[in-house]
Amino acid sequence: MIEVDHLTKNFGKVRAVDDVSFSVGRGEILGFLGPNGAGKTTTMRILTGYLPATSGSARIAGFDIFEQSIDVRRHIGYLPETPPLYPEMAVRPYLEFVARIKGVASADLGIRVNQALHLANVEDKAGTLIKHLSRGYRQRVGIAQAIVHNPDVVILDEPTVGLDPKQIIEVRNLIKGLAGDHTIILSTHILPEVSMTCDRVVIINKGRIVAVDTPANLTTQLKGAERIQLEVGADPESLRSALMQIEGVTDVRIEPADSTERLSVTVESQSDGDIRSEIAKRVVGDGFDLYELRAVRVSLEDIFLQLTTEEQPAAAEAAPAAATA
Amino acid sequence: MKNIIAIYRRELGSYFVSPIAYAVTGIFLLVSGFFFYIILSNLVQRSMMPEQFGGQQGLDVSGTVVRNFFDVASQIILFMLPMLTMGVYAEDRKRGTMELLMTSPISELQIVAGKYLASLTLFVAMLAPTMIYHLAMGVYSEPALPWKIVLCGYLGLFLLGAALVAIGTFISSLTERQIIAGVATFAAFLLLLVLNIAVRDSTTTFGEIIGYLSLLSHFDDFAKGVIDTTAVIFYSSLVAVALFLTQRSLDSMRWRKA
Repeated sequence: MIEVDHLTKNFGKVRAVDDVSFSVGRGEILGFLGPNGAGKTTTMRILTGYLPATSGSARIAGFDIFEQSIDVRRHIGYLPETPPLYPEMAVRPYLEFVARIKGVASADLGIRVNQALHLANVEDKAGTLIKHLSRGYRQRVGIAQAIVHNPDVVILDEPTVGLDPKQIIEVRNLIKGLAGDHTIILSTHILPEVSMTCDRVVIINKGRIVAVDTPANLTTQLKGAERIQLEVGADPESLRSALMQIEGVTDVRIEPADSTERLSVTVESQSDGDIRSEIAKRVVGDGFDLYELRAVRVSLEDIFLQLTTEEQPAAAEAAPAAATA
Repeated sequence: MKNIIAIYRRELGSYFVSPIAYAVTGIFLLVSGFFFYIILSNLVQRSMMPEQFGGQQGLDVSGTVVRNFFDVASQIILFMLPMLTMGVYAEDRKRGTMELLMTSPISELQIVAGKYLASLTLFVAMLAPTMIYHLAMGVYSEPALPWKIVLCGYLGLFLLGAALVAIGTFISSLTERQIIAGVATFAAFLLLLVLNIAVRDSTTTFGEIIGYLSLLSHFDDFAKGVIDTTAVIFYSSLVAVALFLTQRSLDSMRWRKA
């Protein structure tokens, strides 16, 4: 449905989008994850036909975004970071206006608007002036205008920013409900949002794609090392030599725990398997006191920070392979 | 075409719920009505007075009133129109709705056309009630009111206003801040006014060229009841150029450096 090919955008000397390529299949929800200023909004503006790219190309629903821009726009619904609302209009007339300029035929106008009102859960505010709506409702009206013409593709730029937790959940459910019928790209810097709503994630930083994969794969694949945390009562040197002998252990870090007698130990291992039982047997078997043993789960947050603050060779390998998944 | 109508309807509807439109129309009618009254009573007085006191017996009051009124009206709209046009694009840019329009399957020309027609409609709506002044005068007029001159005057006013609205709209498309658009438009119009006065009796070639460019100089004939086709073409061309520039301005938004 969406194919992006080496998209680049320069603003003068600044390269906002740097050789970005990815594709999105029909009905998929793709997350665009990145810190502020990473190039998410710029990429979206290029895809929606607002800005032209400096180089590269993209096709949406089979149409080229530069050569056939008007056709592309017919198939896209777009919610920018600030919802494009006319405060002096009431919700229904506003949606009717948007439907008209998006090419909805007069005969279908009523049905489409009602459907959008229903899907976005703003039916009860259909007659209210937009300037009288709360932030949460405005956001939903924004989503309604993005889907009112039943586009193939819906592009949402930070759809949950500024909403309270309850509203955030509502909006996320709304988005999930849209998938399947629509292909969705949503950008965010809120990490849980990505794991909760998206099928796949593109992590972007400083204009470049840093990783592309499903949230689950990213968490396991880029974990790299499995990390185990221990609290042990032992002499540091002998403990270290004992642990280093275990197969698969790459590093052992020992610090004094809060209570001076005990040690807080972090073991990094390369092993695919779970070496916790090995460690337990070794520690206890060698006569040390084992007080705590647990695996440290690497969260998406860690991965995100890891990927956006340093170069990860594993990620660079994973990216092109997963880019067309 | 559908798109133009959709945008036209939205813009017009927006004008009707905005206080600015009513304020500008109200003030315009107030001021123009006041001037009409002043001109009329002044001329009536002059026509009643005997010659030795500076009167003019047998003066064609209504004809003169009409001409003077249109002269004054053309200058009043110079001051009022910037208020109407300043927000047309600036507000959209500020609110983010420009992005909506530019990412919809409509051409920039359609956007420009729809918005311009809406502003023009508002201008006509603002102008129309002034016809009452002439009607009221026409009832008591002796000799009869020269209706052709009245219509001619309105045609001139319409063309002048169309050009001014087009220019004002173009200026609005250059900025996000309404105030800047308003002030710049006002300054531009003021310049036009001064230009007209400054070169009115000029004899140099340069003076004549500037005089030709002055929007108001082409208006004079209309007030006298003469439809000069060069003036019609002049104003129409101005509208076309301003609209073209507005469209370019919209397009340039896509190529901004920031």
